Amino acid sequence: MLTSTIHLDNLCKTYRVPERETGMGAALGSLFHRRMREVPAVDGLTFDLAPGEMVGFLGPNGAGKTTTLKMLSGLLHPTAGECRVLGYIPWKRERSFLRQITLVMGQRNQLVWDIPASDSYELNRAIYHLSTADYRHTLDELTELLDLGPLLKKPVRNLSLGERMKCEIAAAMLHRPQVVFLDEPTIGLDVTMQRRIRSFIAEYNRRSGATILLTSHYMADVEALCKRIIVIHHGKLLFDGDLSALIQKFTAHKTIIVQLGDCQVDLHAYGEVIDCQEGRVTLRVPKNETARLTERLLVDLPVIDLLVEDPSIEEVIDQVFTQDTPVNGQHTDEGI
Amino acid sequence: MKVLRFWSSLYSQQFKTTFSTMLQYRASLFIWMISAVLEPLVYLIVWSAVSNGRGGSVGSYTTGGFAAYFIAFMLVNQVTYTWIMYEYEYRIRQGYLSFALLKPVHPIHSDIADNLSSKLITLPILLIVAGGLALVFHPTARLSLWSILIFIPALFLAFLVRFLLEWTLAMAAFWTTRVSAINQVYFILVLFLSGQIAPLALFPPWLQRVADVLPFRWMLGFPVELLLGRLTVVQALGGLAAQVGWVVISLIFVRFIWRAGVRVYSAVGA
Repeated sequence: MLTSTIHLDNLCKTYRVPERETGMGAALGSLFHRRMREVPAVDGLTFDLAPGEMVGFLGPNGAGKTTTLKMLSGLLHPTAGECRVLGYIPWKRERSFLRQITLVMGQRNQLVWDIPASDSYELNRAIYHLSTADYRHTLDELTELLDLGPLLKKPVRNLSLGERMKCEIAAAMLHRPQVVFLDEPTIGLDVTMQRRIRSFIAEYNRRSGATILLTSHYMADVEALCKRIIVIHHGKLLFDGDLSALIQKFTAHKTIIVQLGDCQVDLHAYGEVIDCQEGRVTLRVPKNETARLTERLLVDLPVIDLLVEDPSIEEVIDQVFTQDTPVNGQHTDEGI
Repeated sequence: MKVLRFWSSLYSQQFKTTFSTMLQYRASLFIWMISAVLEPLVYLIVWSAVSNGRGGSVGSYTTGGFAAYFIAFMLVNQVTYTWIMYEYEYRIRQGYLSFALLKPVHPIHSDIADNLSSKLITLPILLIVAGGLALVFHPTARLSLWSILIFIPALFLAFLVRFLLEWTLAMAAFWTTRVSAINQVYFILVLFLSGQIAPLALFPPWLQRVADVLPFRWMLGFPVELLLGRLTVVQALGGLAAQVGWVVISLIFVRFIWRAGVRVYSAVGA
């Protein structure tokens, strides 16, 4: 009995890249002797995903997210460590494994450029050996969820970026994968389209119970979709746990915005004044002082309006990325 | 039965995809057809001139014999031609191979189906062109029923030999970025040793023996000679055997080099 759908144990991937200095001499030298440099892209990742879990996989550019997804989908061979997806060793690329997974790469397209998406879908139907009934059913569902109706008959090259992405996602989902790897599925899309794709992913997860691992640079995606997040940097795990726990951990301050009658009052005694215009003062205060200071402000001053805010998730993530040591997440392995 | 249905549906879908893609590019299809006709036409005109200058024949080929040879060659070349070697490097460098690797079917199948279906479009047109050339150049050949019957499997085997071999060579792109140099060498070997520039019967005997042990003759010259009635039954059957042998050898190549190539690809990433 499988307990975790995706399992990584000390997974590593090291690229060997030729190292060459600039100049003619070095170019000639490299003809005979190529010096190789080892670049660790993924450096000892360990985590598990339970069936049906939807997890955000975050990290700055070059952190090793795509490399990890490629190892999990069988495109890359790990240098060391182990990974299992649905119990399979991905790089062996067994047919029964490939039938149950999908990888969506936001920056690559698999649809044939010159023909309508529906023609490419038919080809996928044959490749995945889907019965006509199943195929019809899935395609109808995808058409409804992604609003594909008018797009399917147009040659792919005539579609906008967002329309193409929706068609790409549908192509990757026709075989109803149980494990879905999404690498920047909303990259370059406008807010409306991002929201559409986001709600599709949530709905697919809900309906099919598929396990989803998602990377995105749009925090809104992660915030909307994933309870749990995994943050990596330089190929190493920085954080694995609930998004709310991460925010708690990294939010040392809160922002209090007070609307006063005028701006003449000096609020320095209450906290760090970040902004003050037309009677609207923005204060940064230590998190554990928030309640006390709010109370004092309300008592001492003629406050018209008061607002307490958490820093934006972007700010929090940015703070995490600048860390170099792992943060202890509060993710409990319930059900694993 | 189920397996058969799977493959037939896979191939027929790939046919449809190729058809609709090709029909999007009618102009380039037409330009490409011109080049497919021009090259053998040039050899045909040159050899006709040589033959006429020599009193009507060179070796066993009369002027009409040359016409028959190059017109038939044009057709066989058309059926066996592939463009894999141009495409493969692009697929690997651009990472398109990744999509193929994620699919539960070996990518060679879509290439076979893609190549065969493009032929279904171009062959009828080329047959008409061949008819026109026949009216102009008066080809002569000793057609016989048995040789035409053997020609059909020979033509298919020739396609397989050429396709599998070029698919193997194309995989060089897994290891090097200088694939075009390899392609150049290959095309020169084909030019001389397949019978493309001249019928192999006109070459010195030692070179003919070299051509016999290499694969190039079996993917082009052999079916042409067979069709034109220039081979004995024994030679024809021997040729079929050689083709089958090369299909087996190149299948082994494909299998092992593919595995090694994918290992490189999955080590380097794309």
